[in-house]
Amino acid sequence: MLEVREEEAAGTSIEAHWKSKDLLDTDTLTPADIELVMETADAMHEIRSRPVGKVATLRGATVVTLFYEQSTRTRASFEVAAKSLGADVVNLTAAGSSVEKGESLIDTVRTLEAIGADVVVMRHGKSGAPYLAARHTKASVINGGDGTHAHPTQALLDLFTIRRHVGNVAGKKVVIVGDVLHSRVARSNLWTLMSAGANVVLCGPATLIPRTLAGAGEQGSCEVTTDFDTAIEGADVVMALRIQKERMETGLIPSLRDYIRGYQLNARRLDRAQPGALVMHPGPMNEGIEIAPDIAHGLSSVIEEQVTNGVAVRMAVLYLITTARQP
Amino acid sequence: MTVEPLFGPDEISRTIRRLAHEIIENNHGAVGLIIIGLLSRGYPLAVRLAKAIGEFEGVTVPVGRLDIGLYRDDVTRRTAPPKVRPSEIPGTIDDMTVVLVDDVLFTGRSIRAALDALIDYGRPARVRLAVLVDRGHRELPIRPDFVGKNIPTALVQTVQVHLAELDGEDGVYVFGEEAAHA
Repeated sequence: MLEVREEEAAGTSIEAHWKSKDLLDTDTLTPADIELVMETADAMHEIRSRPVGKVATLRGATVVTLFYEQSTRTRASFEVAAKSLGADVVNLTAAGSSVEKGESLIDTVRTLEAIGADVVVMRHGKSGAPYLAARHTKASVINGGDGTHAHPTQALLDLFTIRRHVGNVAGKKVVIVGDVLHSRVARSNLWTLMSAGANVVLCGPATLIPRTLAGAGEQGSCEVTTDFDTAIEGADVVMALRIQKERMETGLIPSLRDYIRGYQLNARRLDRAQPGALVMHPGPMNEGIEIAPDIAHGLSSVIEEQVTNGVAVRMAVLYLITTARQP
Repeated sequence: MTVEPLFGPDEISRTIRRLAHEIIENNHGAVGLIIIGLLSRGYPLAVRLAKAIGEFEGVTVPVGRLDIGLYRDDVTRRTAPPKVRPSEIPGTIDDMTVVLVDDVLFTGRSIRAALDALIDYGRPARVRLAVLVDRGHRELPIRPDFVGKNIPTALVQTVQVHLAELDGEDGVYVFGEEAAHA
């Protein structure tokens, strides 16, 4: 005997599905959205592990990568992800395009839409630029990093990588160390990690950490500190951020030697974390500065795996966004 | 509203045992067999079939599960795109006899998608199709090799298979106008 529910009888089961046109940051994602990306990425990860790591699901869709800043892994990762789903990919960089002739961002995305772009993956040096682009085109815009603001797919691939190793992230201690203030990776990671219930510790020199971010969310929490040696105690995950040389030139850190002494992730510090704590870095790394080479390539390092997982997560995002575009 | 199933747990259990015998007969034993269920409801059926075949033949029969979400021909035509889940195929399917298993055979489009998905894993010697229910209305030239129950239906009707592993109980239900009665 069976109690019949209305929606079942009508033959339309209700499943969580993607609704937004764009992916600009992680702060607008609900826990259900994040879960959907993670589960979809699991399936994509399996596809990538097959002898033929490719399907034809998005054939007919056109993905444009529009990069105003240099990039190796993000651009290549999106390209491989789109091609693995059967989409066509057009790669544009600011150098060599009409941007050099002075074409505005809005005109550029409108032109791409007119050419038939369904998705524009965009990286820009100015915070907020993808939001402007998204407002002026019917194409879906995925933020591939904007200024010091956001890098949502990096945060999602970081969460995916952590989950594959530690399972449930709730209650886990995640330390993010380095130039947090200028890091779009740290900012986007904070929302996804807290939404997953992690206890995040942002750590760096006083000039490079935003104290306003400290606080507790509905599930996770965020703490801000300058003391890396104490912060790393009992950490389940340690994520080192790239330190940019221009931060020294602008006087935000006194010298690289001082930075290394206080904030380099090395074997001595990693010993204070949980045994087997994950070592992460969004890349590109300055080995010997923010991270010691033996740790970057050590047993606990999942840095290369982050790059591999990036393809699966970007496939998931492209799949969800492209299929949500259809009527 | 309370509805009686067209077939209950005992009937389903007997049907699976019969299908297992038919597969063994057709394959002349269980050698080289791999049973692959389509997600979601083909997979528990595949597990049960493999267990039954294993019991009758005294061997362990490999079982896999296949997600066809990314291979559907209507991915971009649905209001809610299918949720995709990881497939899991143990070992290789090269030169094996693959038995695809699904709960209900309807238009045949899921099976077309499954064949596409399967070929991405290798080149099986042969592929057979086992379904618990064939409700008719094929839209593609696909026919099952092993059928549990033939249930003639009208297009407006819905056939639902409930399995203990996913739904807490076994039962085959027909909904909609003029639902057939057993």
